[in-house]
Amino acid sequence: MTSAAAIPYVAQAPHPDRQRMIERVAGIGFAFPAFLLLLLTNVVPLLVLLYLSFTDFKLGALESHFLGLDNFRKALGDPVFRRSLANTFVYVAIVLPGAVGLGLLVAVLLHKRKRTRSFYEVIYFLPVTSTLIAMATVWQFILHPRLGPVNGVLRAMGFDAIPFLSEPAYVLPTLAAIGIWQLVGFNMVLFLAGLSAIPRDLYEAAEIDGCRSGIDRFVTITWPLLGPTTMFVIVTTSITAFKVFDTVAVMTRGGPMGSSEVLLYAIYLEGYQYFHMGYAAALTLIFLAFVLLFSILQTFVLERRVHY
Amino acid sequence: MAAPASALPLPAVRHTTPAGALARRALSLVVVHGILIAGAIFILLPFVWMLITSIKSPSEIFAVDFSLWPKHFSAVENYGRALSKVPLLRFALNGVIVCAGILLVQVLVAVPCAYALAKLRFPGRAALLALVLMGLCIPIQVPALPLYMGLAELGLLNTYFAIMMPFFLSVFAIFLFRQFFKSYPDEIIHAARLDGMSEFEIVWVIVVPSAWPAIAAFAVFSIVAHWNDLYWPLIVISDTNLATPPLGMMFFADAETGSNYGALTAAATVLTAPLVIAFLIARRRFIDGITMTGIK
Amino acid sequence: MSIRMPCVAKCRRRSNDNEVASVTLQSIGKSFAGVPVLRDISLDVADGEFLTLVGASGCGKSTLIRIIAGLEPQSTGSVLIGGVPVDHLRPHERHVAMVFQSYALYPHMKVFANIALPLVMSRLRLAERLPLLRLLSPRRRKVMAGIADEVHAVAKQLQIDGLLDRRPSQLSGGQRQRVALGRAMVRQPAAFLMDEPLSNLDAKLRVHMRSELAELHARIGTTFVYVTHDQVEAMTMSDRVAMMDNGEILQLGRPGDLYARPANVRVAQFIGTPAINLLPAKANTDGLVELFGQQVSVRAGRSPGSALTLGIRPESLTPAPAGTARPGMHVLAGRLRRSENLGAGHILHVDLAAPAHGSVTCAVAAPLEAFACDGSELALQFAPAACHVFDADGERMNDDNAPPFATIAQSRARALT
Repeated sequence: MTSAAAIPYVAQAPHPDRQRMIERVAGIGFAFPAFLLLLLTNVVPLLVLLYLSFTDFKLGALESHFLGLDNFRKALGDPVFRRSLANTFVYVAIVLPGAVGLGLLVAVLLHKRKRTRSFYEVIYFLPVTSTLIAMATVWQFILHPRLGPVNGVLRAMGFDAIPFLSEPAYVLPTLAAIGIWQLVGFNMVLFLAGLSAIPRDLYEAAEIDGCRSGIDRFVTITWPLLGPTTMFVIVTTSITAFKVFDTVAVMTRGGPMGSSEVLLYAIYLEGYQYFHMGYAAALTLIFLAFVLLFSILQTFVLERRVHY
Repeated sequence: MAAPASALPLPAVRHTTPAGALARRALSLVVVHGILIAGAIFILLPFVWMLITSIKSPSEIFAVDFSLWPKHFSAVENYGRALSKVPLLRFALNGVIVCAGILLVQVLVAVPCAYALAKLRFPGRAALLALVLMGLCIPIQVPALPLYMGLAELGLLNTYFAIMMPFFLSVFAIFLFRQFFKSYPDEIIHAARLDGMSEFEIVWVIVVPSAWPAIAAFAVFSIVAHWNDLYWPLIVISDTNLATPPLGMMFFADAETGSNYGALTAAATVLTAPLVIAFLIARRRFIDGITMTGIK
Repeated sequence: MSIRMPCVAKCRRRSNDNEVASVTLQSIGKSFAGVPVLRDISLDVADGEFLTLVGASGCGKSTLIRIIAGLEPQSTGSVLIGGVPVDHLRPHERHVAMVFQSYALYPHMKVFANIALPLVMSRLRLAERLPLLRLLSPRRRKVMAGIADEVHAVAKQLQIDGLLDRRPSQLSGGQRQRVALGRAMVRQPAAFLMDEPLSNLDAKLRVHMRSELAELHARIGTTFVYVTHDQVEAMTMSDRVAMMDNGEILQLGRPGDLYARPANVRVAQFIGTPAINLLPAKANTDGLVELFGQQVSVRAGRSPGSALTLGIRPESLTPAPAGTARPGMHVLAGRLRRSENLGAGHILHVDLAAPAHGSVTCAVAAPLEAFACDGSELALQFAPAACHVFDADGERMNDDNAPPFATIAQSRARALT
């Protein structure tokens, strides 16, 4: 005996205008915590840094003075700072081609394997997950002039032991090698993903067209089509390398004689050991400038040539 | 219809013979695996050495002629010493607490924000997006100084909160989730609205479950990064009881300067093991996670 | 934009320096992980012929053409090009060119470089091709000039010479197809291998490109081996068609033969649109076919009582008002369920008299007569000569039971009896 007309229609969706209002409120509400944190952890600190860099503030000091750009001038003329900058650049200059090149090589070699691929992938990726400090300590032992196996092998072959970490000339390359050790697996994974994105029939067409050898295939197809991936890997590797700190802090503490003191370590010392906050702030801003420069420079230079 | 087949100028000298082809393949396999294995040895060297040294006795470690396999097993002593001298398990526990805490807040903060940026229209959206993109370029070491000063002022150094706080917001998470949410079909959201669901419910009940791969990938990334982070904990923590694994390792290395490599490597093993074992168990997740975050 | 040519189907004029060659397959077999994909395929493509391999997805035709190209090794058997075995030769040494379904154009190279690549690969040494080293080669400039001439010539033929400076991503589907063709043509190969090249184009463009390809073949006279799942392409473009199913060639012959004298139920069903009507019948005691109780004047080559299938193409059924019958024609009685108006003709879906007999399709080219409206009773007339009889295994049984080209299945059947 029920008729359809007897059942009232209950509108459940809100009216369009009200919907827009809900969206606005929800949007703001959802974004608010993130926004707040953004301010607190990024924007405000940046502004504070900016302010600090113009003063000679020291933690615990009673008064501080406005210095204008003196901190920056001091940094550019400071031999310690310049050395740390140079050390960092040398480090990056070694790690970048090493980590990118080796990562690419391993990825290219692994790409075709079917049964052994998983096995090698796991091995090469292990350093990425390992705690660098712990491994750095182990590396310290491995490279020990007297007790380490590397020098043991060298001595067995008739060479003199190489003081990897105590000789100024060797320390940066050694640290760079460890940096490469840590990054190869990560880059390998990224390159493998990039390689899988290249359509197989391009290789087949190339084979029919006369690409006989692996080198031909690599130069004609693989390398050009890996462009976007390569760019990404270069940018992340160089920024990661630029931020080197852990190995220096644990293995060499900037020694011997400052030859391994890198930018972040110098900042760490200035800010948290000597408490020269103002100066450290200026150094931090210089550090930030370089990081931004890396990303922007590489993105724009390579972006143009890389997308089809 | 068919004309006589003209002589084809096929190469008179066959470039490839069956035997030649086979030999070439074999040679290339040898070279390829040779290179891969050489690299693998380089990669595995520290791990193997770490494990072996941790079970050697001090006399063997310091012996001039080194041998690969220990003659006397001092595993118990080394590990015992490592575990007793410094609170290694405590460090690992701290690592778990810190990583879990950070990840939880990161997801809770980033998901709604990413959803809002992806799907909702509200005033200030473009500005917020610009801020997020800017934040991507700023590494933690930059705001570290003022944050340290602020925390010191508030007397919050040497607390779990201090370790976790700068990471609560992950712009990377916002960016990653936003990419994911953008591709989520609008029709489902509209249908949910028509059904009377509030925006909050839509986010957590409808959209998030389907974003699970992205969240899992990010979780991997976040846990690995923060378990292994040294810089920030080094700055804000001086109390060994709160040390995270890397910091703990540093304390331990300090305490044992140069002498007891057996215990040192034992400690290194204990601290590195959790992540490595987790990786070995869930390696597909790890690798997919890195790949996904890399492809962005 | 088409290649203007006097369209002469059978006349082939060859350009002078084109190599032409036959492609011969001897007992090609292929298995993937123990699963046979190709079974004992033997095929002879004559010099300059356009042969199409047609069949549904999964029948093995793509695998076969890849084996000819050398991209896939065969498990058994031998491939000969120009009478010379090429089994151990790598793809580029076989002097064949391939056009892929996805065109496989190099996205990072301009159209010019795409077309020039085969020539660059064959004429310049590795050192002369590498990015920086090549600046050191004196010979390179001359070789590249020669290559440029050839590329321009081919581009002009295909009317893409205005596109040489663009990248593949900036081209339309039809343009990309021409570039792929150009890349193949510039090699002046012994044979063109085409793996469903028109599948990615929209319907109208496909029709247009069909005739262009046919005209291209007429003009340059090279052997074409063409793979498609579209029977219309197979019928309209080819000199001969090989229909494949489940790794075997069911029938090999001229398109008209596959239509008029299908060797097999599967061939009959595949060729011709709308599909052939297949009706259950049997052999009666007079040695003729009995269909739904009435005798059809078609010889049944089997013992009385054997089950047969009678095939009648929709084009062979003529609708007439119920109850009428012309002399010499047989009748299927039924009721018109639905008619589809194609503009140029109609397709009638007719339910046969006794429901258990199912329904048939009838195609008429003429406008529909008044008597044929939905629901009306019809008498569908057909001539005995239009009948195809298949035995219980699906093999052709007709009187003139000696198709011009023997198929493996038939020879095997003959061998077994």
